[in-house]
Amino acid sequence: MTGIEIYKYLPKTNCKKCGFPTCLAFAMKVAQKQVDISLCPELSEESRRIIEAASRPPIKLISIGKHRKIEIGNETVLFRHEKTFYHQPGLVVRIRDTQQLDDVISLVKGISDYSIERVGLKLSLNGFALENESRNADDFTKLAEMVSSNTDLPLVLMSSEPTVMKSALGKIAQDRPLIYAADKDNWREMTQLALNYQCPLTVFEPQGLSQLAELVELVSQRGVEDIILDPGIPCSSNSVDTLTQLRRMAIKSSYKSLGYPIITFPGSAASLKEEAMLAALHITKYAGIIVLDHFSPGTIYPLLTLRLNIYTDPQKPIQVTAGVYPINDPQETSPLAVTTDFSLTYFSIAGELQSSAFPCWLLVCDTGGLSVLTAWAAGKFTAARIAKTIKQFDIANNINHRSIIIPGYVAVIKGELEEELPGWKIMVGPREAMDIGNYLKWKWQAEVSH
Amino acid sequence: MSHLGIPVEKWVGKVQEVKLGGNGRKSVVVGGESTLPFLHFEGSIPNRPAIAVEVQDKEPTDWPLQLLSAWGDVVKEPVSWARKAVEYGADIIVLRLRSAHPEQGNSGAKEAEQVVAEILSAIDIPLIILGTDVVEKDNEVLLAASEIARGQRVALGNCIDKNYRAIAASCLANGHVAVAKTPNDVNLAKQLNILLHEVGLPLNSVLHDPTTGSLGYGLEYTYSVIERLKLACLTGDEMTVTPIICTIGEESWRQKESRATEGIPPSWGAHEERAITWESLTAITLITAGSNVVVLRHPRTVELIKHVLEEGKRH
Ligand code: B12
Ligand code: SF4
Repeated sequence: MTGIEIYKYLPKTNCKKCGFPTCLAFAMKVAQKQVDISLCPELSEESRRIIEAASRPPIKLISIGKHRKIEIGNETVLFRHEKTFYHQPGLVVRIRDTQQLDDVISLVKGISDYSIERVGLKLSLNGFALENESRNADDFTKLAEMVSSNTDLPLVLMSSEPTVMKSALGKIAQDRPLIYAADKDNWREMTQLALNYQCPLTVFEPQGLSQLAELVELVSQRGVEDIILDPGIPCSSNSVDTLTQLRRMAIKSSYKSLGYPIITFPGSAASLKEEAMLAALHITKYAGIIVLDHFSPGTIYPLLTLRLNIYTDPQKPIQVTAGVYPINDPQETSPLAVTTDFSLTYFSIAGELQSSAFPCWLLVCDTGGLSVLTAWAAGKFTAARIAKTIKQFDIANNINHRSIIIPGYVAVIKGELEEELPGWKIMVGPREAMDIGNYLKWKWQAEVSH
Repeated sequence: MSHLGIPVEKWVGKVQEVKLGGNGRKSVVVGGESTLPFLHFEGSIPNRPAIAVEVQDKEPTDWPLQLLSAWGDVVKEPVSWARKAVEYGADIIVLRLRSAHPEQGNSGAKEAEQVVAEILSAIDIPLIILGTDVVEKDNEVLLAASEIARGQRVALGNCIDKNYRAIAASCLANGHVAVAKTPNDVNLAKQLNILLHEVGLPLNSVLHDPTTGSLGYGLEYTYSVIERLKLACLTGDEMTVTPIICTIGEESWRQKESRATEGIPPSWGAHEERAITWESLTAITLITAGSNVVVLRHPRTVELIKHVLEEGKRH
């Protein structure tokens, strides 16, 4: 919206309460996104909504939960190479109110504590979707209360019955759960609940995208702003169709009524492994919340890794700083190994060195954040560069031996490195980091016992 | 739904169809789509991505035990291995001439001819033959394989900037397809296709391997390179029309997550489940990017990917 367009909606009284001399001056600043429209206290609710809707990003940023929030939306592109994908989809696990409460507690605790260390980051799951399978308000409310008191992760409350929803919201609305879902029959009541309890609302409409858009309009006209879409997509690879259409509607057509994050249910009709495949499709193609029906670390770990990969900024590789890193309290007799400053590379080898329990030194070369072979092929992990780095960090004065272990993938630089570092012994390590423990045990031990 | 005006792209380009096999043998056609993966509403996708299964000409020494034992004794013998792979649902067999590698047996043209001839007569689906990636050696064994497979329309690789003339000439002479390989770069991929085109190999006889990074180990780079190649093709770049092949199994089974069974945190989960999911997620994600042939290693991955792809077709 331009300043003039915004101005049309303002009271035009120049009352200055916003801190600007005139309504027009204020409108201009809002158009430049320098101030927020909410600074005008005289604006009608209706006008504020119109202006906000027009100036919000193509996919609205929605946050769910209170502590470890799920934040999704605000995406700007269809393909990650065009810029980047910003907000990783939330992966949540479904629990039904017909399940044994004891089992539920331990599952909830297990999932809340579940985490994987990868590339120096902690990857975890993001919440729970509680389903009212019993159709009973008490069971559902009890489950909601119990899960809420055993986790700080966000919740999705799933019931199509407004009275059941109300009962649960009455107890846990302060957690800001996502309400699932308003449909064509119950939308009036669900909308009211979302407004009363200030919670985000899912709009479910499987008949088609125009029907979905119509329902979203009805709900947002009544004042609900935080919306999640459920187009009820099929449990197959065809779901990519609908997910792509929605993303294009939001981004290419700037169609506001479909400019919200999407929730998907890859587990509903599938085995564990199929669920993982569909969840993978939904991670790469545009889901905002993915509800899983299984919690099995052997598939969760790969899914979390995929999510991290797809949402990595393609413009800048994650790097660590060049330097010499002590691992397991090394001495001057401890082995020295060299690697590059690509974060993934560094953490792969550093992690293995650490778990080998061998004290050692890890020298990290500046390659601009490239993997071992990429850096070598790009001329940035050469014998000369390694020799220079050794001098730069004064390695020779900090260790009392003259041996250096190089990655197995760059065995070809051994000769050149011998020339660059006269008097040094160049040891070719294993190719994969996971074999470094054994290498140190056999090759390094043999080396020092000479 | 039409009044919503869902944006449908008017793509002008189309992925080249490449046929393997035929001539008495079952044939498999890959490529041919005029839209992005799975977008049936917008264009035609005549051929689903093909599933190729990797077989090596000698027992692999660097495969994890769990992967080897999923195949059993057949890994000792390429012909039975290939037969078994057909049983497990392979659309195409990829034969890797591992024993020809100078450091892994250094076998020569004669051995290559023999194993190729045996496999061709034992199976009736198409064959892709990959060499050692040592240029001089590949010139010897791939060219010999090409001769012996004359008329069977196999694919031969890898065809890189250093050996493309020889491979292209041999593909032309014997009616085969080249597997062009470039390292992770849209422009390099395009350049090699241009070179192949210039030496007279029509692009309906080229598959392109733009280099695979496994889940967790460079996947996102591969993903975007493939997606960009597909977009270039669909928007009319004639030198990016070649169907894409990805060596999924080779990359994912090399990684720690697929190999490690001990000394790892419980949050990594059960080894077999994790390793198979690692391979399957790498596969499905690169299929989503636009891969037309995925080369897999584990029988369960083959089954799973096939199931997901066929399930999608039925709806
Ligand atoms: C992703 C990728 C890229 C990305 C870069 C990602 C990055 N930040 O580095 C991009 C697309 C930018 C890229 C570009 C290029 N790439 Co590139 N790339 C890859 C790919 C697919 C994966 C690399 C990766 O991330 N590996 C994961 C990391 C963790 O592996 P790693 O660093 O080797 O670490 C492992 C081990 O080495 C070991 N380790 C690490 N440190 C140490 C230390 C010690 C002491 C020990 C013992 C072990 C050890 O631990 C790790 C786990 O086991 C590989 C192919 C492949 N499938 O591997 C090609 C590959 C590395 N690239 C290659 C090439 C040629 C290039 C280019 C030169 C192409 C070009 N001409 O444009 C450019 C150069 C870049 C430039 N000029 O800036 C070639 C190298 C060929 C060769 N043998 O020399 C490869 C092998 C592809 C191929 N088969 O041709 N690439
Ligand atoms: S507060 Fe509102 S009405 Fe008053 S001057 Fe500012 S914009 Fe105009």
